[in-house]
Amino acid sequence: MRRMMLAVVALMLLAMPVAYAVQPDEIMSDPAKEVRARDLSRELRCMVCQNQSIDDSDAPLARDLRLLVRERIAAGDSNSQVLDFLVARYGEFVLLKPRFERQTVLLWLLAPLLLIGGGLALWLQIRRRSRSGADVPAPPLSPEEETRLAALMSDEAKSS
Amino acid sequence: MIAESGHYALVLALALALIQSVVPLIGARLRDAALMNVARSTALAQLLFVGASFIALVMLHVSSDFSVANVYENSHSMKPLLYKITGVWGNHEGSMLLWVAILALFGGLVAAFGNNLPLSLRAHVLAVQAWIASAFYLFILVTSNPFLRIVNPPVEGRDLNPVLQDIGLAVHPPMLYLGYVGFSISFSFAIAALMEGRIDAAWARWVRPWTLVAWIFLTLGIAMGSYWAYYELGWGGWWFWDPVENASLMPWLAGTALLHSALVMEKRNALKVWTILLSILTFSLSLLGTFLVRSGVITSVHAFATDPTRGVFILLILCLFIGGSLSLFAGRATSLKQGGLFAPISREGALVLNNLLLTVACAVVLFGTLYPLAMELLADFKMSVGAPFYNLTFAPLFTLLLLAVPFGPMLAWKRGDLLGVTQRLLAAGVAGLVVIAIVWAWTRGGSALAPLAIGLGVFVIAGAVTDIVERTGLVRLPFGTALQRARGLPRSAWGTAFAHAGLGVALIGIVCETTWNSEYIATMKQNDVAHVAGYDLKLDGLFQRQGPNFREMIAEFNVSRDGQTVSVMTPSKRSFTTRGSSTTEAALLTRGASQLYVSLGDANAEGAIAVRIYHKPLVLLIWWGPVLMAFGGVLSLSDRRLRVGAPKPARAKQRLQPAE
Repeated sequence: MRRMMLAVVALMLLAMPVAYAVQPDEIMSDPAKEVRARDLSRELRCMVCQNQSIDDSDAPLARDLRLLVRERIAAGDSNSQVLDFLVARYGEFVLLKPRFERQTVLLWLLAPLLLIGGGLALWLQIRRRSRSGADVPAPPLSPEEETRLAALMSDEAKSS
Repeated sequence: MIAESGHYALVLALALALIQSVVPLIGARLRDAALMNVARSTALAQLLFVGASFIALVMLHVSSDFSVANVYENSHSMKPLLYKITGVWGNHEGSMLLWVAILALFGGLVAAFGNNLPLSLRAHVLAVQAWIASAFYLFILVTSNPFLRIVNPPVEGRDLNPVLQDIGLAVHPPMLYLGYVGFSISFSFAIAALMEGRIDAAWARWVRPWTLVAWIFLTLGIAMGSYWAYYELGWGGWWFWDPVENASLMPWLAGTALLHSALVMEKRNALKVWTILLSILTFSLSLLGTFLVRSGVITSVHAFATDPTRGVFILLILCLFIGGSLSLFAGRATSLKQGGLFAPISREGALVLNNLLLTVACAVVLFGTLYPLAMELLADFKMSVGAPFYNLTFAPLFTLLLLAVPFGPMLAWKRGDLLGVTQRLLAAGVAGLVVIAIVWAWTRGGSALAPLAIGLGVFVIAGAVTDIVERTGLVRLPFGTALQRARGLPRSAWGTAFAHAGLGVALIGIVCETTWNSEYIATMKQNDVAHVAGYDLKLDGLFQRQGPNFREMIAEFNVSRDGQTVSVMTPSKRSFTTRGSSTTEAALLTRGASQLYVSLGDANAEGAIAVRIYHKPLVLLIWWGPVLMAFGGVLSLSDRRLRVGAPKPARAKQRLQPAE
């Protein structure tokens, strides 16, 4: 909670960021590596901002992280090594795409489970209802209804 | 005096709302028409008083009365008039006042135009509206009073957050609130139906126009907000999966599902219980959105409220209304009779599939937004859920939905012929495949997903066109006959086609922008030239200018293509002295549906300036899509069958006709 409050305070101090992400001097000389750095940046959270990736944020911390990512890439790390390095340093909080783990199982499986579960339930219900609707004949008329019907029919016969 | 009158008007509105909460219900119980009709007068009077209160606040802002805390904190005497007015809802207290003003507007509209409703239904609906209104009047008066005075009035105000000093603030929040709050009507109708224990196809016909109005405004509001972020925030992003954006997307997804399920209910008298539940859920999500934004529980770029007492108050309102309505639903839903049988492959079946996919998509957004909060509270595990997560989960759901969209309107009610519809959609499918092949060949070696997604977009658009062509018989019949049939076609059929085509258009825009966006980031000096996507941008120079409440640095770019001057672009950076903050004003050059986007960074000592230039191909389609959808909604709304209060003379004429 303290950390959350700190983040809030930091956010207020920053005022409204003039969003300005990657600076010209950060760009790597190898375009292929720069593309990798950009892709990774989009998956990493700027921890002092709210819900901004380090690619979008202009906070000084985001710049540090962008430089760090580029440093690791230049040192020859693979993408997953860079992510491991950052998670080891800053925790899962830094990942905008949470990893599939014990704590995030429900989050990741929600959509497929709901889709399959909901789909099955609906299919069964629709089938059951359309079957029962087709198979069960309409209930027979009660004696009163029969007499009323007869009366109506004879009325109509007379008038026509 | 004005502040006190505004405050007093709000208190009176609360008193009226409390009367309206109780008296009409007693009237309905006693079957007393006079008591039931009280709701009508109080709803109109509420509109009058809340309107007066809102106008009072506007007047205080316009006259820069800094003895009122709200004006002092959010205004400045030098601010242009437009932003003095829009600044009224650019802060917590004022935006809540706008919220209740719009709630009162909808209540007043039901009261004024709901003459075709059964008296007891109208009494119930307005009573439920009054419950919501009472809760929010209390919230404003207790925790967020915009009319509080300052003992020693300062001379000058603290100005509005510069990012909000934009035409976007004039349009986005009112639109969004018209959408959010508009869903309160379908909620009230649902609660009224549950209380009365009576619901039929006519109910769906009364509710649908209100839902449609709310949906149109929410669609436009979200699109407008997205475009605002795109040009104002300076890095060309248009959707961030920010909790606050999610808060508006969730009611939209649920509301879209509601529109479709209400259609089944109106036409086939089926899915009644589900429609009622969706009405409750949609407005519950609107309330949740209000809570997320207004309580500051998820502090994000949009959230400016951080006072916990407000959060707790809205949470109480939230629990009361969502909990109460869901318990009522659980108790009463089983007594509602089901009707209208249908086979799995049918128009109803397709609409059920639509509802399933939209609801799951909504659940994904809800989970993504609340899961990190829950994990932090319950398991002390700090995690983030951002754009990459949503792209992975949301996109497949929408792909499935879009694949199904063209089939829906072409299937017959009750029992459809899937094979037959597939044959009729063959041309649309071929169009999609041809486009996939062309795009793939053209962008050789690029991502394989992009051509497929564009093909899907084309399939959706072509499917909508096919539906209209078939209904009018454009190919089979002579042109004149087809034209006549087109005129005779219900407006709602046109509405469906436009709305569905809008989806395809938006998809194409999204795919093009994200896949083929070119970007140029560099430090530029005078006479430097940047080459981006075939355009040459020459920096002609930097200028300073003094605005009404800011200083501005402008860069002038000469844009040319193949040596011919196209235009001049002037992005700028504004520094607002009162708040000590600055904004980037990106320059946009529209060419067809594509845009060139230039924004400025910091200047260094040698007179060079950091520049970001983007070329965003077909980016405007992202917003034209929702505009088409909203246009479809308007067409559908103008359909005879749905007209809110069918004018009496027309009815009289119809009655006369047989005598001729």
